[in-house]
Amino acid sequence: MLKLPVYLDHNATTPCDPRVVEAMIPYFTESFGNAASRNHPFGWKAEEAVDYAREQVAKLIGADPKEIIFTSGATEADNLAIKGIFEMYAQKGNHIITCNIEHKAVLDTCKHLEKEGAEVTYLQVKPDGLIDLAELEAAIRPTTILIAIMYANNEIGTVMPMKEIGEIARKHGVLTFTDATQAVGKIPVDVNADKIDLLALTAHKMYGPKGVGALYVRRKNPRVKVTAQMDGGGHERGMRSGTLNVPGIVGLGKACELARNEMAQDAERLSKLRDKLETALMSLEEAYVNGNPAHRLPHVANISFKYVEGEGLLMGFNKDIALSSGSACTSASLEPSYVLKALGLGDDLAHSSLRFGLGRYTTEEQIDYTIEQVSKTVIKLRELSPLWEMYKEGVDMDSIEWAHH
Amino acid sequence: MAYSDKLLEHYNNPQNVGTLDKSKSTVGTGLVGAPECGDVMRLQIEVDDATGIIKDAKFKTFGCGSAIASSSVATEWLKGKSIDEAITIDNMAIVEELNLPPVKIHCSVLAEDAIKAAINDYRQKNGMEAFKFEESVIH
Repeated sequence: MLKLPVYLDHNATTPCDPRVVEAMIPYFTESFGNAASRNHPFGWKAEEAVDYAREQVAKLIGADPKEIIFTSGATEADNLAIKGIFEMYAQKGNHIITCNIEHKAVLDTCKHLEKEGAEVTYLQVKPDGLIDLAELEAAIRPTTILIAIMYANNEIGTVMPMKEIGEIARKHGVLTFTDATQAVGKIPVDVNADKIDLLALTAHKMYGPKGVGALYVRRKNPRVKVTAQMDGGGHERGMRSGTLNVPGIVGLGKACELARNEMAQDAERLSKLRDKLETALMSLEEAYVNGNPAHRLPHVANISFKYVEGEGLLMGFNKDIALSSGSACTSASLEPSYVLKALGLGDDLAHSSLRFGLGRYTTEEQIDYTIEQVSKTVIKLRELSPLWEMYKEGVDMDSIEWAHH
Repeated sequence: MAYSDKLLEHYNNPQNVGTLDKSKSTVGTGLVGAPECGDVMRLQIEVDDATGIIKDAKFKTFGCGSAIASSSVATEWLKGKSIDEAITIDNMAIVEELNLPPVKIHCSVLAEDAIKAAINDYRQKNGMEAFKFEESVIH
Protein backbone atom coordinates (compact mmCIF):
# COMPACT_ATOMS: atom_id res chain seq x y z
CA MET A 1 0.00 0.00 0.00
CA LEU A 2 1.35 3.38 -1.02
CA LYS A 3 1.21 5.87 1.81
CA LEU A 4 1.02 9.53 0.78
CA PRO A 5 2.46 12.06 1.20
CA VAL A 6 5.98 10.70 0.88
CA TYR A 7 8.52 12.33 3.20
CA LEU A 8 12.03 12.30 1.75
CA ASP A 9 13.51 15.24 3.59
CA HIS A 10 15.02 13.37 6.53
CA ASN A 11 18.18 15.49 6.41
CA ALA A 12 16.01 18.43 7.44
CA THR A 13 14.30 16.62 10.27
CA THR A 14 12.85 13.22 11.15
CA PRO A 15 9.56 12.27 12.79
CA CYS A 16 9.74 11.22 16.42
CA ASP A 17 9.73 7.46 16.82
CA PRO A 18 6.58 6.54 18.82
CA ARG A 19 8.82 4.62 21.24
CA VAL A 20 10.70 7.85 21.89
CA VAL A 21 7.50 9.76 22.58
CA GLU A 22 6.33 7.04 24.92
CA ALA A 23 9.54 7.24 26.91
CA MET A 24 9.23 11.03 27.20
CA ILE A 25 5.62 11.37 28.30
CA PRO A 26 5.99 10.60 32.04
CA TYR A 27 8.62 13.32 32.34
CA PHE A 28 6.13 16.06 31.43
CA THR A 29 3.61 15.21 34.12
CA GLU A 30 4.37 12.71 36.90
CA SER A 31 8.14 12.96 36.88
CA PHE A 32 8.39 16.66 36.20
CA GLY A 33 11.18 17.40 38.70
CA ASN A 34 14.18 19.61 38.15
CA ALA A 35 17.24 17.43 37.71
CA ALA A 36 19.20 19.92 39.80
CA SER A 37 16.89 19.61 42.82
CA ARG A 38 19.06 17.58 45.16
CA ASN A 39 16.82 17.37 48.19
CA HIS A 40 13.66 15.50 47.19
CA PRO A 41 12.53 12.52 45.17
CA PHE A 42 11.18 14.65 42.31
CA GLY A 43 14.65 15.91 41.61
CA TRP A 44 16.24 12.50 42.14
CA LYS A 45 13.89 10.90 39.64
CA ALA A 46 14.68 13.53 37.02
CA GLU A 47 18.39 13.27 37.66
CA GLU A 48 18.23 9.52 37.36
CA ALA A 49 16.45 9.83 34.00
CA VAL A 50 19.04 12.32 32.76
CA ASP A 51 21.90 10.11 33.88
CA TYR A 52 20.39 7.15 32.10
CA ALA A 53 19.97 9.20 28.91
CA ARG A 54 23.56 10.36 29.24
CA GLU A 55 24.63 6.73 29.20
CA GLN A 56 22.46 5.98 26.18
CA VAL A 57 23.96 8.89 24.25
CA ALA A 58 27.51 8.05 25.31
CA LYS A 59 27.14 4.41 24.28
CA LEU A 60 26.09 5.34 20.76
CA ILE A 61 29.31 7.26 20.13
CA GLY A 62 31.67 5.21 22.29
CA ALA A 63 32.08 7.94 24.90
CA ASP A 64 32.00 8.05 28.69
CA PRO A 65 28.70 9.41 30.09
CA LYS A 66 30.60 12.17 31.91
CA GLU A 67 31.72 13.50 28.54
CA ILE A 68 28.19 14.34 27.37
CA ILE A 69 26.94 17.94 27.76
CA PHE A 70 23.27 18.39 26.94
CA THR A 71 22.35 21.40 24.81
CA SER A 72 19.32 22.74 22.94
CA GLY A 73 20.53 21.15 19.72
CA ALA A 74 23.44 20.96 17.32
CA THR A 75 23.60 24.68 16.57
CA GLU A 76 24.17 25.42 20.24
CA ALA A 77 26.66 22.56 20.49
CA ASP A 78 28.56 23.93 17.46
CA ASN A 79 28.67 27.39 19.00
CA LEU A 80 29.71 26.09 22.41
CA ALA A 81 32.47 23.93 20.97
CA ILE A 82 34.05 26.48 18.65
CA LYS A 83 33.61 29.63 20.73
CA GLY A 84 34.35 27.68 23.91
CA ILE A 85 37.63 26.33 22.55
CA PHE A 86 38.61 29.69 21.09
CA GLU A 87 38.22 31.34 24.49
CA MET A 88 39.66 28.49 26.58
CA TYR A 89 42.77 28.02 24.44
CA ALA A 90 43.41 31.68 23.63
CA GLN A 91 46.90 31.43 25.13
CA LYS A 92 47.85 28.61 22.81
CA GLY A 93 46.70 30.27 19.62
CA ASN A 94 43.90 31.74 17.56
CA HIS A 95 43.86 29.66 14.40
CA ILE A 96 40.95 27.42 13.41
CA ILE A 97 40.76 25.16 10.37
CA THR A 98 37.38 24.30 8.90
CA CYS A 99 36.00 23.73 5.39
CA ASN A 100 33.71 25.52 2.99
CA ILE A 101 30.80 23.06 3.02
CA GLU A 102 30.21 23.14 6.78
CA HIS A 103 26.78 23.95 8.12
CA LYS A 104 26.09 27.65 8.70
CA ALA A 105 26.18 27.02 12.45
CA VAL A 106 29.89 26.31 12.05
CA LEU A 107 30.72 28.75 9.25
CA ASP A 108 28.93 31.70 10.81
CA THR A 109 30.42 30.94 14.22
CA CYS A 110 33.88 31.01 12.63
CA LYS A 111 33.06 34.27 10.85
CA HIS A 112 31.91 35.71 14.15
CA LEU A 113 35.20 34.70 15.79
CA GLU A 114 37.19 36.28 12.96
CA LYS A 115 35.81 39.62 14.16
CA GLU A 116 37.16 38.78 17.59
CA GLY A 117 40.67 38.07 16.41
CA ALA A 118 40.49 34.47 15.23
CA GLU A 119 42.29 33.43 12.08
CA VAL A 120 40.29 30.87 10.15
CA THR A 121 41.36 28.68 7.23
CA TYR A 122 38.43 27.50 5.14
CA LEU A 123 39.65 24.43 3.25
CA GLN A 124 38.14 24.08 -0.22
CA VAL A 125 36.65 20.63 -0.68
CA LYS A 126 37.49 18.57 -3.74
CA PRO A 127 34.82 18.15 -6.49
CA ASP A 128 33.58 15.02 -4.68
CA GLY A 129 32.96 16.96 -1.47
CA LEU A 130 35.83 15.50 0.57
CA ILE A 131 38.67 17.53 2.01
CA ASP A 132 42.24 16.97 0.88
CA LEU A 133 44.15 15.54 3.86
CA ALA A 134 47.49 16.86 2.63
CA GLU A 135 45.99 20.32 2.41
CA LEU A 136 44.61 19.96 5.91
CA GLU A 137 47.99 19.01 7.31
CA ALA A 138 49.71 21.81 5.41
CA ALA A 139 47.27 24.32 6.88
CA ILE A 140 48.23 23.52 10.47
CA ARG A 141 50.31 26.27 12.15
CA PRO A 142 51.87 26.54 15.60
CA THR A 143 48.88 28.70 16.55
CA THR A 144 46.25 26.20 15.36
CA ILE A 145 43.91 25.29 18.21
CA LEU A 146 41.06 23.52 16.46
CA ILE A 147 40.18 21.53 13.37
CA ALA A 148 36.41 21.69 12.81
CA ILE A 149 35.27 19.35 10.05
CA MET A 150 31.76 17.94 9.73
CA TYR A 151 31.30 14.17 9.90
CA ALA A 152 28.78 14.04 7.06
CA ASN A 153 27.40 16.80 4.89
CA ASN A 154 23.72 17.68 5.16
CA GLU A 155 23.16 18.37 1.46
CA ILE A 156 25.16 15.71 -0.33
CA GLY A 157 25.62 13.16 2.44
CA THR A 158 29.37 12.88 1.85
CA VAL A 159 31.18 11.31 4.83
CA MET A 160 34.53 12.91 5.68
CA PRO A 161 37.60 10.78 6.55
CA MET A 162 37.28 11.56 10.27
CA LYS A 163 39.73 8.95 11.47
CA GLU A 164 42.49 10.27 9.21
CA ILE A 165 41.61 13.83 10.19
CA GLY A 166 41.82 12.83 13.86
CA GLU A 167 45.20 11.21 13.34
CA ILE A 168 46.64 14.28 11.64
CA ALA A 169 45.28 16.48 14.42
CA ARG A 170 46.77 14.27 17.15
CA LYS A 171 50.12 14.22 15.41
CA HIS A 172 50.23 18.02 15.60
CA GLY A 173 48.64 18.34 19.03
CA VAL A 174 45.53 20.07 17.68
CA LEU A 175 42.00 19.42 18.93
CA THR A 176 39.33 18.03 16.59
CA PHE A 177 35.69 19.04 16.62
CA THR A 178 33.11 17.46 14.34
CA ASP A 179 29.54 18.48 13.66
CA ALA A 180 28.14 14.96 13.43
CA THR A 181 24.48 16.01 13.23
CA GLN A 182 23.79 13.99 10.08
CA ALA A 183 26.01 11.02 10.90
CA VAL A 184 25.23 10.01 14.48
CA GLY A 185 22.56 7.34 14.56
CA LYS A 186 22.93 6.70 10.81
CA ILE A 187 26.45 5.30 10.56
CA PRO A 188 28.82 4.00 13.25
CA VAL A 189 30.58 6.88 14.98
CA ASP A 190 33.18 6.22 17.67
CA VAL A 191 34.97 9.12 19.28
CA ASN A 192 37.94 6.99 20.29
CA ALA A 193 38.42 5.11 17.04
CA ASP A 194 37.95 8.39 15.13
CA LYS A 195 40.14 10.36 17.59
CA ILE A 196 37.51 13.06 17.99
CA ASP A 197 37.81 15.53 20.89
CA LEU A 198 34.49 17.33 20.54
CA LEU A 199 31.35 16.26 18.70
CA ALA A 200 27.95 17.89 18.17
CA LEU A 201 24.76 15.89 17.71
CA THR A 202 21.03 16.52 17.78
CA ALA A 203 17.98 14.39 18.56
CA HIS A 204 15.61 15.45 15.80
CA LYS A 205 17.76 14.06 12.99
CA MET A 206 17.55 10.57 14.51
CA TYR A 207 13.86 10.18 15.32
CA GLY A 208 14.05 12.13 18.56
CA PRO A 209 12.43 15.42 19.54
CA LYS A 210 13.45 18.89 18.37
CA GLY A 211 15.16 21.27 20.76
CA VAL A 212 17.63 18.90 22.36
CA GLY A 213 21.12 17.84 21.44
CA ALA A 214 24.50 17.25 22.98
CA LEU A 215 28.13 18.17 22.84
CA TYR A 216 30.68 15.48 23.52
CA VAL A 217 33.76 16.91 25.26
CA ARG A 218 36.70 14.55 25.78
CA ARG A 219 37.81 14.11 29.39
CA LYS A 220 41.08 12.31 28.98
CA ASN A 221 43.92 11.93 26.47
CA PRO A 222 43.64 14.87 26.19
CA ARG A 223 41.38 16.48 28.76
CA VAL A 224 39.42 19.14 26.89
CA LYS A 225 37.64 22.13 28.36
CA VAL A 226 35.38 24.72 26.80
CA THR A 227 34.45 28.12 28.18
CA ALA A 228 30.73 28.31 28.92
CA GLN A 229 28.79 30.58 26.57
CA MET A 230 25.86 31.20 28.92
CA ASP A 231 26.09 32.33 32.51
CA GLY A 232 23.85 30.75 35.10
CA GLY A 233 23.57 27.88 37.49
CA GLY A 234 26.66 26.05 36.34
CA HIS A 235 24.87 22.95 35.09
CA GLU A 236 26.58 20.32 32.97
CA ARG A 237 29.93 20.54 34.74
CA GLY A 238 29.84 24.30 34.37
CA MET A 239 29.91 24.17 30.60
CA ARG A 240 26.23 24.75 29.89
CA SER A 241 23.96 26.49 32.34
CA GLY A 242 20.21 26.19 32.18
CA THR A 243 17.64 23.84 33.72
CA LEU A 244 17.87 20.55 31.88
CA ASN A 245 15.12 19.74 29.37
CA VAL A 246 14.39 16.41 31.06
CA PRO A 247 11.70 15.04 28.70
CA GLY A 248 13.78 16.10 25.69
CA ILE A 249 16.91 14.51 27.11
CA VAL A 250 15.00 11.29 27.85
CA GLY A 251 13.82 11.36 24.22
CA LEU A 252 17.34 11.92 22.92
CA GLY A 253 18.58 9.01 25.03
CA LYS A 254 15.87 6.69 23.79
CA ALA A 255 16.50 7.76 20.19
CA CYS A 256 20.19 6.95 20.64
CA GLU A 257 19.41 3.54 22.10
CA LEU A 258 17.07 2.71 19.21
CA ALA A 259 19.64 3.93 16.70
CA ARG A 260 22.33 1.79 18.25
CA ASN A 261 20.14 -1.30 18.02
CA GLU A 262 18.63 -0.65 14.61
CA MET A 263 21.19 1.40 12.72
CA ALA A 264 22.76 -1.50 10.87
CA GLN A 265 19.50 -2.91 9.58
CA ASP A 266 18.08 0.54 8.78
CA ALA A 267 21.23 1.44 6.86
CA GLU A 268 21.17 -1.77 4.88
CA ARG A 269 17.52 -1.39 3.93
CA LEU A 270 17.78 2.31 3.13
CA SER A 271 20.93 2.02 1.06
CA LYS A 272 19.17 -0.54 -1.12
CA LEU A 273 16.19 1.76 -1.57
CA ARG A 274 18.47 4.75 -2.17
CA ASP A 275 20.42 2.81 -4.79
CA LYS A 276 17.20 1.76 -6.49
CA LEU A 277 16.03 5.37 -6.58
CA GLU A 278 19.37 6.64 -7.80
CA THR A 279 19.81 4.00 -10.49
CA ALA A 280 16.34 4.68 -11.85
CA LEU A 281 16.76 8.45 -11.88
CA MET A 282 20.25 8.26 -13.35
CA SER A 283 18.77 6.50 -16.35
CA LEU A 284 17.32 9.87 -17.32
CA GLU A 285 19.58 11.78 -19.68
CA GLU A 286 21.92 14.41 -18.25
CA ALA A 287 21.49 13.44 -14.62
CA TYR A 288 24.45 13.75 -12.25
CA VAL A 289 25.09 12.50 -8.71
CA ASN A 290 26.59 15.18 -6.47
CA GLY A 291 29.17 14.20 -3.88
CA ASN A 292 31.34 11.13 -3.50
CA PRO A 293 29.09 8.10 -4.16
CA ALA A 294 31.29 5.69 -2.17
CA HIS A 295 31.87 7.79 0.96
CA ARG A 296 28.28 8.70 1.59
CA LEU A 297 25.47 8.32 4.12
CA PRO A 298 23.37 5.27 3.19
CA HIS A 299 20.06 7.13 3.01
CA VAL A 300 21.06 10.22 1.01
CA ALA A 301 21.22 11.01 -2.70
CA ASN A 302 21.72 14.42 -4.28
CA ILE A 303 21.09 14.47 -8.01
CA SER A 304 21.16 17.28 -10.57
CA PHE A 305 18.88 17.10 -13.57
CA LYS A 306 20.49 19.43 -16.06
CA TYR A 307 18.31 21.94 -17.94
CA VAL A 308 15.46 21.88 -15.42
CA GLU A 309 15.32 24.15 -12.41
CA GLY A 310 15.03 22.50 -8.99
CA GLU A 311 12.26 24.57 -7.53
CA GLY A 312 10.20 24.29 -10.71
CA LEU A 313 10.73 20.56 -10.52
CA LEU A 314 9.52 20.35 -6.92
CA MET A 315 6.27 22.07 -7.82
CA GLY A 316 5.44 19.12 -10.03
CA PHE A 317 5.01 16.77 -7.10
CA ASN A 318 5.39 18.64 -3.83
CA LYS A 319 1.79 18.01 -2.84
CA ASP A 320 2.67 14.32 -2.52
CA ILE A 321 6.46 14.17 -2.11
CA ALA A 322 8.43 16.28 0.34
CA LEU A 323 11.92 16.94 -0.99
CA SER A 324 14.51 19.68 -0.87
CA SER A 325 16.16 21.48 -3.72
CA GLY A 326 19.69 22.84 -3.73
CA SER A 327 18.29 25.81 -5.52
CA ALA A 328 17.32 28.51 -3.07
CA CYS A 329 15.25 30.47 -5.53
CA THR A 330 12.64 31.02 -2.83
CA SER A 331 14.90 33.65 -1.37
CA ALA A 332 15.09 36.87 -3.31
CA SER A 333 18.80 36.33 -3.86
CA LEU A 334 18.37 33.47 -6.37
CA GLU A 335 21.57 32.01 -5.03
CA PRO A 336 21.99 28.29 -5.51
CA SER A 337 23.39 26.13 -2.71
CA TYR A 338 26.85 27.15 -1.50
CA VAL A 339 27.64 23.49 -0.91
CA LEU A 340 27.05 22.55 -4.54
CA LYS A 341 28.93 25.64 -5.69
CA ALA A 342 31.83 24.58 -3.46
CA LEU A 343 32.02 21.30 -5.37
CA GLY A 344 32.67 23.39 -8.45
CA LEU A 345 29.27 22.76 -9.97
CA GLY A 346 28.25 25.32 -12.56
CA ASP A 347 25.20 27.38 -11.70
CA ASP A 348 23.19 25.36 -14.17
CA LEU A 349 23.74 22.11 -12.27
CA ALA A 350 23.56 23.78 -8.88
CA HIS A 351 20.14 25.18 -9.75
CA SER A 352 18.96 21.78 -10.95
CA SER A 353 19.50 19.59 -7.92
CA LEU A 354 17.22 17.59 -5.67
CA ARG A 355 18.17 16.17 -2.29
CA PHE A 356 16.62 12.86 -1.36
CA GLY A 357 16.83 11.90 2.30
CA LEU A 358 15.26 8.53 3.08
CA GLY A 359 14.28 7.44 6.57
CA ARG A 360 13.14 4.75 8.96
CA TYR A 361 9.56 4.73 7.66
CA THR A 362 10.29 5.05 3.93
CA THR A 363 8.77 2.15 1.99
CA GLU A 364 9.65 0.61 -1.33
CA GLU A 365 6.24 1.63 -2.70
CA GLN A 366 7.06 5.22 -1.84
CA ILE A 367 10.39 4.98 -3.64
CA ASP A 368 8.70 3.50 -6.72
CA TYR A 369 6.17 6.33 -6.65
CA THR A 370 8.95 8.91 -6.29
CA ILE A 371 10.87 7.46 -9.22
CA GLU A 372 7.75 7.65 -11.36
CA GLN A 373 6.79 11.20 -10.34
CA VAL A 374 10.26 12.72 -10.52
CA SER A 375 11.02 11.09 -13.88
CA LYS A 376 7.72 12.25 -15.32
CA THR A 377 8.21 15.81 -14.14
CA VAL A 378 11.83 16.02 -15.35
CA ILE A 379 10.74 14.87 -18.80
CA LYS A 380 7.79 17.26 -18.85
CA LEU A 381 9.81 20.27 -17.75
CA ARG A 382 12.53 19.54 -20.26
CA GLU A 383 9.90 19.79 -22.98
CA LEU A 384 9.30 23.27 -21.58
CA SER A 385 12.97 24.18 -21.24
CA PRO A 386 14.63 26.35 -23.89
CA LEU A 387 17.99 25.12 -22.57
CA TRP A 388 17.05 21.50 -23.19
CA GLU A 389 16.05 22.43 -26.74
CA MET A 390 19.40 24.18 -27.28
CA TYR A 391 21.25 21.21 -25.83
CA LYS A 392 19.40 18.85 -28.14
CA GLU A 393 20.19 21.07 -31.13
CA GLY A 394 23.85 21.18 -30.15
CA VAL A 395 23.87 24.93 -29.40
CA ASP A 396 26.90 26.01 -27.37
CA MET A 397 25.25 27.73 -24.43
CA ASP A 398 28.47 29.38 -23.37
CA SER A 399 28.46 31.29 -26.64
CA ILE A 400 25.19 33.01 -25.76
CA GLU A 401 25.31 36.43 -24.16
CA TRP A 402 22.91 35.96 -21.32
CA ALA A 403 21.24 38.97 -19.79
CA HIS A 404 22.40 38.68 -16.19
CA HIS A 405 19.94 39.88 -13.66
CA MET B 1 3.94 29.48 0.90
CA ALA B 2 0.79 28.52 -0.95
CA TYR B 3 0.49 29.34 -4.62
CA SER B 4 -2.74 30.46 -6.29
CA ASP B 5 -4.92 28.00 -8.16
CA LYS B 6 -4.37 29.98 -11.35
CA LEU B 7 -0.63 29.71 -11.02
CA LEU B 8 -0.82 25.97 -10.42
CA GLU B 9 -3.16 25.57 -13.36
CA HIS B 10 -0.68 27.35 -15.66
CA TYR B 11 2.17 25.28 -14.23
CA ASN B 12 0.32 21.99 -14.64
CA ASN B 13 -1.17 22.85 -18.03
CA PRO B 14 1.03 25.51 -19.56
CA GLN B 15 -0.44 27.17 -22.63
CA ASN B 16 1.41 27.77 -25.90
CA VAL B 17 4.54 25.78 -25.20
CA GLY B 18 6.65 25.44 -28.28
CA THR B 19 8.92 26.93 -30.87
CA LEU B 20 8.23 29.16 -33.85
CA ASP B 21 10.57 29.34 -36.83
CA LYS B 22 12.85 32.18 -35.83
CA SER B 23 14.21 32.58 -39.34
CA LYS B 24 10.84 33.87 -40.57
CA SER B 25 10.56 37.64 -40.86
CA THR B 26 7.12 37.55 -39.26
CA VAL B 27 8.49 35.91 -36.09
CA GLY B 28 10.04 37.86 -33.23
CA THR B 29 12.06 36.05 -30.56
CA GLY B 30 12.95 37.26 -27.08
CA LEU B 31 15.42 35.28 -24.96
CA VAL B 32 15.90 36.70 -21.47
CA GLY B 33 17.38 35.64 -18.15
CA ALA B 34 20.44 33.48 -17.59
CA PRO B 35 21.03 29.89 -16.51
CA GLU B 36 23.13 31.15 -13.57
CA CYS B 37 20.13 33.01 -12.21
CA GLY B 38 17.96 29.95 -12.50
CA ASP B 39 15.59 31.55 -15.03
CA VAL B 40 15.67 31.57 -18.82
CA MET B 41 12.60 32.56 -20.79
CA ARG B 42 12.21 32.36 -24.54
CA LEU B 43 9.08 34.00 -25.87
CA GLN B 44 8.15 34.20 -29.53
CA ILE B 45 5.44 36.04 -31.42
CA GLU B 46 4.24 35.62 -34.98
CA VAL B 47 2.72 38.73 -36.51
CA ASP B 48 0.17 38.74 -39.33
CA ASP B 49 1.76 40.87 -42.08
CA ALA B 50 -1.51 42.27 -43.33
CA THR B 51 -3.18 43.20 -40.03
CA GLY B 52 -0.21 43.70 -37.73
CA ILE B 53 -1.92 41.47 -35.18
CA ILE B 54 -0.03 38.86 -33.16
CA LYS B 55 -1.57 35.67 -34.46
CA ASP B 56 0.51 33.22 -32.48
CA ALA B 57 2.76 33.21 -29.42
CA LYS B 58 4.91 30.43 -28.00
CA PHE B 59 7.23 30.06 -25.07
CA LYS B 60 9.74 27.80 -23.42
CA THR B 61 10.97 28.53 -19.91
CA PHE B 62 13.64 27.12 -17.64
CA GLY B 63 12.79 28.21 -14.13
CA CYS B 64 10.55 27.88 -11.15
CA GLY B 65 6.80 27.36 -11.31
CA SER B 66 6.13 31.09 -11.14
CA ALA B 67 8.38 31.73 -14.13
CA ILE B 68 6.66 29.02 -16.14
CA ALA B 69 3.20 30.32 -15.24
CA SER B 70 4.20 33.94 -15.96
CA SER B 71 5.34 33.07 -19.46
CA SER B 72 2.27 30.95 -20.07
CA VAL B 73 0.03 33.90 -19.10
CA ALA B 74 2.08 36.28 -21.25
CA THR B 75 1.62 34.16 -24.38
CA GLU B 76 -2.12 33.93 -23.70
CA TRP B 77 -2.39 37.68 -23.47
CA LEU B 78 -0.27 38.36 -26.54
CA LYS B 79 -2.40 36.42 -28.97
CA GLY B 80 -4.84 38.66 -30.84
CA LYS B 81 -3.17 41.89 -29.75
CA SER B 82 -1.52 44.47 -31.99
CA ILE B 83 2.14 45.30 -31.30
CA ASP B 84 1.07 48.64 -29.81
CA GLU B 85 -1.29 46.87 -27.44
CA ALA B 86 1.26 44.21 -26.61
CA ILE B 87 3.89 46.68 -25.43
CA THR B 88 1.51 47.95 -22.77
CA ILE B 89 1.45 44.58 -20.97
CA ASP B 90 2.79 45.35 -17.53
CA ASN B 91 4.49 42.91 -15.19
CA MET B 92 2.22 43.98 -12.33
CA ALA B 93 -0.78 42.71 -14.29
CA ILE B 94 0.87 39.28 -14.31
CA VAL B 95 1.59 39.57 -10.59
CA GLU B 96 -2.12 40.24 -9.99
CA GLU B 97 -3.33 37.56 -12.36
CA LEU B 98 -1.23 34.83 -10.70
CA ASN B 99 -1.15 36.38 -7.23
CA LEU B 100 2.63 36.04 -7.19
CA PRO B 101 4.32 36.34 -3.80
CA PRO B 102 6.86 39.19 -3.44
CA VAL B 103 9.90 36.92 -3.91
CA LYS B 104 8.51 35.87 -7.29
CA ILE B 105 7.87 39.32 -8.76
CA HIS B 106 11.08 39.01 -10.74
CA CYS B 107 9.40 36.22 -12.74
CA SER B 108 6.77 38.66 -13.99
CA VAL B 109 9.49 41.22 -14.80
CA LEU B 110 11.25 38.59 -16.83
CA ALA B 111 8.04 37.87 -18.75
CA GLU B 112 7.58 41.57 -19.50
CA ASP B 113 11.19 41.78 -20.65
CA ALA B 114 10.67 38.75 -22.87
CA ILE B 115 7.64 40.38 -24.52
CA LYS B 116 9.61 43.57 -25.20
CA ALA B 117 12.58 41.63 -26.53
CA ALA B 118 10.37 39.61 -28.88
CA ILE B 119 8.66 42.75 -30.17
CA ASN B 120 11.95 44.52 -30.81
CA ASP B 121 13.35 41.48 -32.58
CA TYR B 122 10.32 41.52 -34.87
CA ARG B 123 10.63 45.27 -35.49
CA GLN B 124 14.32 45.13 -36.29
CA LYS B 125 13.85 42.20 -38.63
CA ASN B 126 11.34 44.28 -40.52
CA GLY B 127 13.45 47.41 -40.82
CA MET B 128 11.89 49.27 -37.92
CA GLU B 129 13.76 50.85 -35.09
CA ALA B 130 13.70 49.02 -31.77
CA PHE B 131 11.50 50.57 -29.13
CA LYS B 132 13.46 52.09 -26.30
CA PHE B 133 12.12 50.81 -23.01
CA GLU B 134 12.95 52.15 -19.64
CA GLU B 135 14.98 49.66 -17.63
CA SER B 136 12.76 47.56 -15.44
CA VAL B 137 13.22 48.53 -11.85
CA ILE B 138 13.23 45.14 -10.17
CA HIS B 139 16.08 42.96 -11.29
